[in-house]
Amino acid sequence: MEQITLSGQLIQYAITGITVGSIYALVAIGFDIIYNVTEIINFAQGEFVMLGGLFMVFFASVLHLPLVIAFMLTVAVVLTIGVLMERFAIFPAKNASVLTMIILTIAASILLKGAAMYGWGKDPFVLPPFTDREPFVFMGAAIFPQSIWVLGTTLVVVFLLTMFFKHTKFGKAMIASSDNRDAAQLMGIDVKTMVMVSFGLSAAIGAVAGIVVTPISMMEYDRGALLALKGFGAAVLGGLGHFYGAVVAGFIVGLVESFCAGLISSGYKDAAALMVLLLVLFVRPSGLFGSKEIMRMKEF
Amino acid sequence: MTAVEKQDMGVLVALGVGIFLFPLLTTSFSAIHHYLDIMVFVGIFSLVNIGLSLLMGYAGQVSLGQAAFFGLGAYVSGVLTTNFGWSPWAALPAGMVLTGLVALAVGVPSLKLKGHYLAMATLGFGVIVFVVFNEEVALTGGPSGLADIPGISLGGWQIDTTVKYYYFVWAIVLAVLLVSLNIIHSRVGRALRSIHGSEKAANAMGVPTSLYKTRIFVLSAVYASLAGSLYTHYMTFLSPGSFDLFWSIKFLMMVVIGGMGSIWGAMLGTCLLSYLSNEWLHMFQDFDVLVYGLILLVVIMFLPKGLVSVFRKG
Repeated sequence: MEQITLSGQLIQYAITGITVGSIYALVAIGFDIIYNVTEIINFAQGEFVMLGGLFMVFFASVLHLPLVIAFMLTVAVVLTIGVLMERFAIFPAKNASVLTMIILTIAASILLKGAAMYGWGKDPFVLPPFTDREPFVFMGAAIFPQSIWVLGTTLVVVFLLTMFFKHTKFGKAMIASSDNRDAAQLMGIDVKTMVMVSFGLSAAIGAVAGIVVTPISMMEYDRGALLALKGFGAAVLGGLGHFYGAVVAGFIVGLVESFCAGLISSGYKDAAALMVLLLVLFVRPSGLFGSKEIMRMKEF
Repeated sequence: MTAVEKQDMGVLVALGVGIFLFPLLTTSFSAIHHYLDIMVFVGIFSLVNIGLSLLMGYAGQVSLGQAAFFGLGAYVSGVLTTNFGWSPWAALPAGMVLTGLVALAVGVPSLKLKGHYLAMATLGFGVIVFVVFNEEVALTGGPSGLADIPGISLGGWQIDTTVKYYYFVWAIVLAVLLVSLNIIHSRVGRALRSIHGSEKAANAMGVPTSLYKTRIFVLSAVYASLAGSLYTHYMTFLSPGSFDLFWSIKFLMMVVIGGMGSIWGAMLGTCLLSYLSNEWLHMFQDFDVLVYGLILLVVIMFLPKGLVSVFRKG
């Protein structure tokens, strides 16, 4: 048995923090995508993560489909749920106030949570890791291969999204819709479709987060709200709408949480992560990478 | 008195009479005997929701952390009377003062935020308070709860039956309603509605908007704390589960479903949802969540002013 050193311990906390932080980053990116196109904050974002995990359990562990197929099916199903949510709840309320929109997405989140409880029950579900179960030792810390999967997936998603929004016509059209809805419409961009796509894309990314994290932390029906809150913390800390900012901020929230759990008290780890959220909102609501000037222009 | 004020006072008197007579009805029909018990909870939750209605419906500010204020009142009363031997009548105002101070500390920075950010800040605050209730086991009993909380008495007269507690709670509700209606029909009430209309315009007209917003936020928290204390002495048992995030959302639902723009809407929503969850949704068991979500969605989409708007002309 190897000696557990302090430095090994700290590295262990850091790795745990980066792993959960990746998930918060993905949730934050989900917020960012919808926000970028519609300026709506979707309170049901955490529910997409939960559904991703639970559908993956269904396809991979119950139906015993190969991992890749289960993965694609899960993303497709949750993406459809996101699109349906936009069609039946968000779209009919086009000109609603911010308060109404908040309540609408909360109602949607309650519905999704209730439906998940109906479908899967209240117990948490396990999912086997994608590859090796055995951890390997790195600088005195044990790393589970699944952590690499989580981190790698996050980085790939961020890279692909950046490419999509910066270098494809469709992605640019989505950004244009958010900058100026009317101008985009006049330039021949179908803004309605863009809004629908943003919900679908955001749901799909939530599902990916749920799929990769379930082998580490299991998944149950009521996990969504807390994931959404912490992910939102990361989104604001990173500057709402910034993908790379969201990743850095996600890591920060994850690290604060895991170091609090390791060094102070594990019971207070959720509170520590949420203190980050409150602190950012109170002190610098434009986030680390956002612009104060732009913040002032935005309608909340 | 203006016409609106007269109308509100009329409703208040009618409500008072109805409340006074309701126990006669429940004691005469054994099938609805337990409705009195539910009405005690309706009264307690009404206190929370009157505050939330002032905040959301009149001032236009959203709070998703009311369960935390409700819980603070409940736990201050519970802990002080059970662990430290305080009288309930000393613990209740202590809870209101403490909760008011916490609300002030959270409210001042929070209310600079708007819309989504305010909602998330209050939601985050609520979860932090919930974690504290769970973790401070030495004080609160943690997840297993705080038991053997004493009841409350009024001048040596023990309020120990459901009927007595019913009259006790509703007397307080009617008093709070009277105070709140006075606020609504005063200069402050008009100022709050102007903030809801447009904060910038209100500011330009000389309304000190942040002062009013903070005051009404603190007031709503103090109402919730009072409700929490009453809840504690009725239940005589507390566990953190009654003050979690979902309860904050439930309070919000009661106000929205009843009708955000009026105190009567909040009362109607409270009554309806309390009966729904305690009585009419038993067949759904835990799946009542699904029904709540559906009702909320339908109301916000098709009746954005809530059920109370059905009774209003124009």
